[in-house]
Amino acid sequence: MSGLRPTLEVLARDDVERIVGQACAVLRETGFAVENGEARGLLAEAGAEVRGDRVYASEALIRAAVAGAPARVTLWDRDGENPVDLAGRAVHFDPGSAALNILDAETRRWRRPTLEDCARFARVAGDCRHMALQSTSMIPGDVPEVLGDRVRLLICLLHGRKAVATGTFSKDAFAVMKDLLVAVRGGEQALRQRPLAIFDCCPTPPLKWSDLTCQSLIDCARSGIPATLISMPLGGATAPVSLREMVVQHCAESLSGVLIHQLAGPGAPIIWGGAPSVFDMRHGTTPLAAVETAMVNVGNAQVGRHLGLPTHGYLGLSDAKVVDHQAGWETAQGLITAALAGINLVAGPGMLGFVGCQSPEKLLLDDQAAGAALRMIEGISGRSADQATGLLADVVEQGDFLGHKHTRRTFRKELLIPRRLVDRAPEPAWRAAGALDGWEAARAEVERILAKPPAAPLEEGLAGELRAIVLADAERLGVELELG
Amino acid sequence: MKELLSGMHEAVMDGEDDDAARLAAAWLEAGHPPMQAVEEGLTPALREAGELFEEGEFFLPELVTAARAVQAATAVLRPALIEAGGGASRGRVVLGTVHGDIHEIGKSLVGMMLVAAGFEVVDLGVDVPVARFVETAREVDADLVGASALLTTTMSIQGDLVRAMREAGLRAKVLVGGAPTDQAWADGIEADGWAGSAAAAVELARELVA
Repeated sequence: MSGLRPTLEVLARDDVERIVGQACAVLRETGFAVENGEARGLLAEAGAEVRGDRVYASEALIRAAVAGAPARVTLWDRDGENPVDLAGRAVHFDPGSAALNILDAETRRWRRPTLEDCARFARVAGDCRHMALQSTSMIPGDVPEVLGDRVRLLICLLHGRKAVATGTFSKDAFAVMKDLLVAVRGGEQALRQRPLAIFDCCPTPPLKWSDLTCQSLIDCARSGIPATLISMPLGGATAPVSLREMVVQHCAESLSGVLIHQLAGPGAPIIWGGAPSVFDMRHGTTPLAAVETAMVNVGNAQVGRHLGLPTHGYLGLSDAKVVDHQAGWETAQGLITAALAGINLVAGPGMLGFVGCQSPEKLLLDDQAAGAALRMIEGISGRSADQATGLLADVVEQGDFLGHKHTRRTFRKELLIPRRLVDRAPEPAWRAAGALDGWEAARAEVERILAKPPAAPLEEGLAGELRAIVLADAERLGVELELG
Repeated sequence: MKELLSGMHEAVMDGEDDDAARLAAAWLEAGHPPMQAVEEGLTPALREAGELFEEGEFFLPELVTAARAVQAATAVLRPALIEAGGGASRGRVVLGTVHGDIHEIGKSLVGMMLVAAGFEVVDLGVDVPVARFVETAREVDADLVGASALLTTTMSIQGDLVRAMREAGLRAKVLVGGAPTDQAWADGIEADGWAGSAAAAVELARELVA
């Protein structure tokens, strides 16, 4: 007997198809801007109307592109093992990507991260049980800016085993980053068969594809590297403030992305993702942890699932500036919401301040909340259903369940056992252990993880090969790079 | 012989009391010395379970079922142990949760671990008045009295118990424990010992009766 999986939806089922219809109407009538000539060429060739930078696509053309995209994207770790399936209602988490800052563990202030910080972060992410993927979480401040995207991928591959969520900052980065991935897999075909990374591709709201992101979509499609569409409508600023219309805009932007992508590589893997946000009307900021932001993410995922595509959302993060109460509740709210919504890939853990700052300490704490969210959606299992009456009779006879064999056999399946940094000790024991709060406990845990020998160092020959790829690129660009 | 010992070890680690009892019977049938089963099979296994618990690898259900398996095997071995002159207990412990407090599990876990470690335990249950601790300690000539309290409102009774035991002139040492208590509390009420976990309570009991 199986249990009920708890789920969350924010859009009425019949409204989802209406939203898709309205988004198609927007793409046909209002059109979308495409700054990349190659993409415009592909669209024109397929029958879309192109006027200057603006493209108008028919619903039939869009629907055909969606129908051709695969319903499942599977990622494989550095060793070509441990597949992570993005499909249906499967839920996986990965740390938020591309922060400009790190929360300094000593000073509790934001600062620019170093290469060393990135390496440490990759090792902590590797130790997080509930993070299925790692991500190029921070942009190192001590390498030339032009190399930031490729160096952060290099660091992930050198220090972590998990597949990587990443992206490019310039058009010429893709080739180098792909070279790194191909080198790890041992060949282009092998990489196509077992993708090791996904690339975020972000349209500019409203309804515009920049030259860079178009190129990234095309490059991904042609090399079989999964692309994640990261539409970022800002409700009240670059999108309507009403949540439903934000979802429509998100849908239109994403559909135009699917179209470009599938024209460049029919059948290539693509993920229906996003990082929408409402607008804070006091500060003019983008609260990615706002409850309405979470609701729009859930709506987007409903649309993506309806279209038969793997889904993604930026949730499970906080807009607080340090690891405090707000950081905890906002992150947990997002993680549990995302899990209930069945979003396939949920990016965000570790992040603070509108994805401006990463924290390995927070990542560890968030990993515990991610575990709780995953436990929640397992639901209440029916595995003991046949035994219920017998079990209760037993306990009356035996006095307690603690020593019952049923408990011993079952408790690890029923109960999520958190890391020790989740405080469940009696007060005197907590006091005796140093009376640490969550932040302090996480700091200690990070140090404990980093004091262990690295869990996933890349074999030295291959590591040298990867470094050489990036160093050669630095030379090509005429910039100096010190990889330490 | 080695197979039976490793089998008992495994039965304890797996918390399989029936297997532990069956292997203990087989051990006796084969004519092996009963004390050897305790010293080389059961006790090391229980110690390992306790260590794994302290390290966070084992959890309460594993610890309790391990202790129950040791108890089951010991029950089979006991007549032979007594016959061989090796069945003497390590000491006699009177155990209970103090008056006004009905928290059972921590206290029972300590009791089980003590039995498995070779102590004789008289478990008075929960909501036990001070006078009953004192009377029973006198009756059984206890070496140790263990009092558990899980509430900040009932922990003060542990202090009453220490005073009552002293006034009665009994030799038994008083051990206290329970979630709100700590070493400073135990020192303050002049208890003879405090432990923060069942495994620590067993070690403490061993030291105090040595």
